[in-house]
Amino acid sequence: MTAIQHNTPGVFKAGVLTKVMLAFTVILSIFPIYWMIIIASRSNDDVHDVPPPFLPGGNLGENIKAVFEAENAHFLTGIVNSVIITSAVTLAVVAISTLAGFAFASLHFRGRNLLLLSIVLTMMVPLQQMGIVPLYQMMVTLGWTNTLQAVILPFLVNGFGVFLMTQYTRQAVPRELVEAARVDGAHTGRIWWSVVLPAVRPGMAVLSIQTFMLIWNEFLWPSIILRADNPTVQVAIRMLNEKYSTNYVLVFAGTALSIIPLVLVFVFFGRQIVSGLMDGAVKS
Amino acid sequence: MSLDLPAGRAGGHRRRRGAVRVRRSFLSRLDIHAAPYLFVSPYFVLFALFGLFPLVFTAWVSLHDWQLAGDKDWVGLANYGELLADEKFWNATYNTVGIFFLATVPQLLLALLLANALNKRLRFRLALRLSVLAPIVTSVVAVGVIFSQLYARDYGLINWVLGLFGMDDPIHWQNAKWSSWIAISTMVDWRWTGYNAIIYLAAMQTISRDIYEAAALDGASSRRQFWQITVPLLKPTIIFTVIVSTIGGFTLYAEPVIFGGGSVSGGTTGQFQTVAMFIVKEAFRDFEYGYAAAAAWVLFLLILIAALINYAITRGLGRSSR
Repeated sequence: MTAIQHNTPGVFKAGVLTKVMLAFTVILSIFPIYWMIIIASRSNDDVHDVPPPFLPGGNLGENIKAVFEAENAHFLTGIVNSVIITSAVTLAVVAISTLAGFAFASLHFRGRNLLLLSIVLTMMVPLQQMGIVPLYQMMVTLGWTNTLQAVILPFLVNGFGVFLMTQYTRQAVPRELVEAARVDGAHTGRIWWSVVLPAVRPGMAVLSIQTFMLIWNEFLWPSIILRADNPTVQVAIRMLNEKYSTNYVLVFAGTALSIIPLVLVFVFFGRQIVSGLMDGAVKS
Repeated sequence: MSLDLPAGRAGGHRRRRGAVRVRRSFLSRLDIHAAPYLFVSPYFVLFALFGLFPLVFTAWVSLHDWQLAGDKDWVGLANYGELLADEKFWNATYNTVGIFFLATVPQLLLALLLANALNKRLRFRLALRLSVLAPIVTSVVAVGVIFSQLYARDYGLINWVLGLFGMDDPIHWQNAKWSSWIAISTMVDWRWTGYNAIIYLAAMQTISRDIYEAAALDGASSRRQFWQITVPLLKPTIIFTVIVSTIGGFTLYAEPVIFGGGSVSGGTTGQFQTVAMFIVKEAFRDFEYGYAAAAAWVLFLLILIAALINYAITRGLGRSSR
C-alpha cells in the first residue's frame, strides 16, 4: 500500500495548501470542545473578561459540585436515567439486530427480500418525530408517562441496526459454515449461538458504540415523555440552561459532565468508530 | 410370554424410536421453516407497535379534534386546511428549508474537500481522522449550549472577534432571521462536516489509483481530477449523505431549541422556529394534538419531496460537468 503511494506522485501529494487546510480544520473541530473546558473551569467574572480567557482555570471541581446541587436541574437523576436507558436500548438493539441479521443473511425463508426492503425503506422515515402524538397518547393510555420504559421502547425500533448486522453477518459467516453445522444436527438456535455469535462480535461492537452514542444524545422524546424532576442528562442540561441562563460556568460544567461517557467511548474505541463508519459507508 | 416380552419390548422400543425420528424430522422441518420468522419477529413486533402503528395512527389523529383523555371529534380534513392557511406553519417551513440549505450545501462541499485532503499521503492519519470526528462526541444539546454562548451578544467570542475586525455594533444573533439561521447552521456544520468527510474518504479509497495515474499522464491537473474523476465516482455516496442530511435537516430540533433558551417558539417572532418545533409546540404546549398530527404528516411529505428533488439534483451533478 505504502509502496504504491510512493509511486503515485501528483494527486496524492499533500501540498502546503492541504496541510494548512487540515490544520485549520483540526483547530476548528477541537476548539469548541476546548472552549467548553475553559468556561467550565472558570468563574463567571472571568467569562466577562475582555479579551476572553483562553486557558482553563481552577474552578472545575467547584462548578461540578454546583451542578449536582443545582435545585431545578436534577442532574444526578438525569445521569442515572440516561445510563439505564442507554444501556437497556443498546443491549436490546444489539440482540434484536443480531438475531434478525442472522436470519436475513444466512437463512432462507419466504418474504425475506420483501421484509429486508421494508426495513431499508423505514430507515428513511423519522418515526419518532412523525409518530410523536400517538406515541404520547399510547403512553398516557398505558399510564407510562414519566417512566423509563416509555423512553426505551420506541428507541428499540432501529432498522439501521438490523441492516448493519445483516451486512456484517453476510460477510463474516460463510453459508457453508451454517450448512455444515446443520448437517451435524445443530438446530437454528444452536447455530446462532455457537457459530454466528462468535463470528459477528466485531459487528456487534460497532453497533453497540453507535447505538450508545445515538441514544445518549436523544433529546426530543425524553423531553416530552419525562417530567422535569425525572429527566435524562440532555433534558437536565436544557433545564440548567433555562433556569441558570446567565450562570455560564454552571451550564458548561454540566455540559462537560454530560459528554464524559461519549469522550470515554471515543478514546477507547476511536479506531473502531472510524473503521466502522468507513466500512458502513462503502457497503451502503 | 416370557419370550414375547423382550420382543414386545423391542418392538415397542423400535416403535418409539420411529416416533422419535418422526418427531425429530418434524421438529427439524419446523425449525427450518419457522425459525427464520422467530428470529426476525422481535424486530417486527416492536416495529409494528412503536413504528408502524404510531405512523398510521398519526393520520387518524390528524382527522380529529383530538383530546388525550376527552372527546375526539371527527373533523375530516379541516386540520390540513387550517394548516395550509397557517402563516406560522409556513414560516416554520421557510425557516427549516432555509437553515437546511445554509447548513447542508457548505457542509457537504467542505466535507468533500476535507476528504480529498485526508486522502493524500499524510503523517498522523488516525489522529487526523479522529480530530475531524471529535465534534460527534458532543451531544446536539452540548453543541447548542456551547455555540449559543459563542454567539452571545455580550461577551460572546464571535462578536469579540468581529469587533477585532472593526465591527463595533455587537450582533444580537437571536434577533434576526439571517443571523439566527447562520448561527444554527454553523452548529449543524460543526458537528457533521467531519463525519461526512470520513464517509467520503472511505468511498474515495475504493477508487483505483490507476485512473488518476492515467489522467495525470494525460495532463489533467489535480483540480480537474477531483471534479471529473473523484466527484462523479463518489456520486452514490454523495446521494446517500444528501438524503441523510435532508432527513436530519428537516427534523432539526435540539439546536434551535437550546439556541432559543429552551423554548419551542424559536425567537420572539418565530424567526428560527423549525417544523419539528412547531409540531411540539402545537401538541405539547397548546394541546392541539390533531393539528400537530396533521403537521407531522405534512412534514413527512415535505421530506419526501425534498429528498426526491435533492436526489434528482445530485444525480445530475457529474453529468453537466462531464
